[in-house]
Amino acid sequence: MSEQTVTATAGDTRPRRTPTRRSRWWGEVGWKYPLAAVIIFYSIFPLVYVLSASLSDSGTLSGSSALFSDLSLANYAALSDTSYWTWVANTLIVGAASSFGAVLMGAAAAYAFSRFRFTGRRPGLTALLIIQMFPQTVAFISVFLLLTALGNVAPYLGINSKIALICVYLGGALGANTFLMYGFFNSIPTEIDEAAKIDGATHAQIYWKLIMPLVTPILAVVGLLAFISAFGDFILAKIVLVSEDQWTLAVGMYQWVSNQLTSNWGLFAAGAVIAAIPVLILFLSLQRYIVGGLSAGSVKG
Amino acid sequence: MTVETGAERQDIEPQESHARRWRGLGWGFVAKLLMMALVNALGLSLILSALNVEAWGILVASTVLLVIADLVYFMRRTLPLKYILPGLVFLFVFQVFTLGYTGYVAFTNYGTGHAGSMEQAVDAALIQDERRVEDSPSYPLAIVQSDGELGFAVTDSEGFVLVGTEEDALEAVDGASVDESGTPTEVPGWEIVPRSELFADQDLQQQVVDLRVPVSDEAVDGSIRTRDGLSGAIYTSSLEWDEDALTLTDTETGTVYRASDTGNFVADDGSTLPAGWVVTVGFDNFVRAVTDATLAGPLLKVTAWTFVFAILTVLTSFGLGLLFAIIYNDPRIRARRSLRTLFILPYAFPAFMSALLWRGMFNREFGIINDWFFFGADINWLGDPFLAKVVILWVNLWLSYPYWFLVCTGALQALPGETMEAARIDGAGRWRQFRSITLPLLMVSTAPLAIASFAFNFNNFTIIYMLTEGGPPFPGTSGLGSTDILISAIYNISGVAGGAADYGLASALSIVVFVIVGIISAIAFRQTRKLEEIQ
Repeated sequence: MSEQTVTATAGDTRPRRTPTRRSRWWGEVGWKYPLAAVIIFYSIFPLVYVLSASLSDSGTLSGSSALFSDLSLANYAALSDTSYWTWVANTLIVGAASSFGAVLMGAAAAYAFSRFRFTGRRPGLTALLIIQMFPQTVAFISVFLLLTALGNVAPYLGINSKIALICVYLGGALGANTFLMYGFFNSIPTEIDEAAKIDGATHAQIYWKLIMPLVTPILAVVGLLAFISAFGDFILAKIVLVSEDQWTLAVGMYQWVSNQLTSNWGLFAAGAVIAAIPVLILFLSLQRYIVGGLSAGSVKG
Repeated sequence: MTVETGAERQDIEPQESHARRWRGLGWGFVAKLLMMALVNALGLSLILSALNVEAWGILVASTVLLVIADLVYFMRRTLPLKYILPGLVFLFVFQVFTLGYTGYVAFTNYGTGHAGSMEQAVDAALIQDERRVEDSPSYPLAIVQSDGELGFAVTDSEGFVLVGTEEDALEAVDGASVDESGTPTEVPGWEIVPRSELFADQDLQQQVVDLRVPVSDEAVDGSIRTRDGLSGAIYTSSLEWDEDALTLTDTETGTVYRASDTGNFVADDGSTLPAGWVVTVGFDNFVRAVTDATLAGPLLKVTAWTFVFAILTVLTSFGLGLLFAIIYNDPRIRARRSLRTLFILPYAFPAFMSALLWRGMFNREFGIINDWFFFGADINWLGDPFLAKVVILWVNLWLSYPYWFLVCTGALQALPGETMEAARIDGAGRWRQFRSITLPLLMVSTAPLAIASFAFNFNNFTIIYMLTEGGPPFPGTSGLGSTDILISAIYNISGVAGGAADYGLASALSIVVFVIVGIISAIAFRQTRKLEEIQ
């Protein structure tokens, strides 16, 4: 049976108006459209709902069950009376700093592992591979104790400091990204370096002026992944950042929903829409790279 | 030197002398010097403040790191390390050290009532036990403040004015003046809090009554406290510390508390003092996790649910994603690109927000799930142990099937066309083609991802905590709930969020998680190799 259908459809995609053709079309292709509608409903109704709730006038959970019953920007305006924009700024600071640091440190390490031959190179790579298997988040108690101790010495490295949180994220950077970048660096032919070396370029010049421009795609992927994981991290951010003016979006919005969910719902919905739109745009435009990066790194932020 | 300058390449005749080639320091070298100056300044300030607060571990670590950094960047033979070191420092301090330290804490009784060393515990015991010495003199006292920090200024029997705060013990100050009753009226560097303000402000009164200003750096000497804000008296402990015998003796009742192996001061009748210290306890924490009556049952359930949650999440989302990928990887369908984009929208929505959003949607009274799909029925989605688990799986499916849809679509498109064609010619049916060719080939590229996804969900704290916080709680006092996975249980037990802390037990459970994750990763490695052999 399959042979027939395959040969019948492979060569001829034109729908014919005979009853048998049509029913075959329904059986083979047509049913996929109604199914697609169901899937789309499943995937986007929560998103449509949150958009509608953000535009609802009442700002409560109970008042937002009718879709787009009113279109008001009251919730968006009310955000400026809360710490929302501080959280946005904190999230951007923490995310940008940790992604910038992760790119710089990861690229430098990948360059060294890929281009230099030194004792301890193989064991170093193996050690990295083993270390990155153990997620930093599970060691959150030690992170807490370490930051408490550091905070007694230097408050900027202690609990409730964004710098400390960035440092913690950077601690995971080398393990998570070096391999991704190492593979990419290896795909750049070494003849390029050798030619430059013969022309008298130093290792720093080769790194900054030759290699870095060639590996820009992987730098973008790693930067984006580091940003997404900092953006989505909850457990470490919740432990490290204590006071409301230091919170990131994940901690702050969790607090909104966990205390008095029903009355803060409008704020949450508006905040979620604002925060999600840039992420959605970024994600959809860079889909290809992210999936490639995910396949190698396998993290969902 | 030229190696370090980082200057532009210069076209020079080979026979030209070195001296002529010298074009000054390159900007790269200057940048390096500035960076290193900054690193050294930061490092030195860290070392000095560590010295100041006597944090020896941090002192040694920061000194070693600073020396290494200077050696690496000012020696020529350490080229690879120049590139690796920055990442390596962070890796060592914030990942390798924390992993190792978790291992250490797991074998101690670190937690509430057991923090710090024995000396600190003795000090804490003395302070907790302080009482006013009977018939002791009282001193004229004034409340002082500086930068929001409260302190006492007292005039001693010889007329000297002493000032101290909670942190800093009493110390004599020069140039202070007192009134006829002896109360300090002016203290250089401090601002006297007027009486009227003290009487008007309830919070301030409470702070003053709670304030304890140590007489000296030794806890044995006691402290100055006040009840009325006008006069202070010396409070000392009735406990007496014997450093050689390691005993605390209550001078009033005669009870002797001995230092025990478990990190407590224990009297002969079995009573203990609340302050204890950190000792290693061997495998006690691990044993407690499986034998303690209040903990063992809930922990077993939590572990089982962790596996169920991780496995079912991967299976359902992989299955659904693969199904959709197969159905929609069909060139006859129009607008495939737009369909795909719509399908993966949940994945692009930040995960923590999705969890919070669904939490509101599943709300019992006002949530739209009950309202729209169950005709306003009163279903307690997040409050029922079984339904809460279903909700978590459902939401995680919504979050993660688009990922598998993307991955499987990519993998399907990469399948070799000739193999499929050969199978068709050989007369394989559709199911047969899928079972024997598509799926095995697909598994080569997706199995490692499935294992990674399992490992990720095994520790997916965000979704659990954002949706249910681990609840509904189990009956009993374990503090755990039916949707808690191991990491959220560890979070609750550790007490980092407040409440009684048990870092030892929590770290022991972290070690268990590490072992499980390690085993999974090892299996993943082997599996990847085996599957690669198929190709």
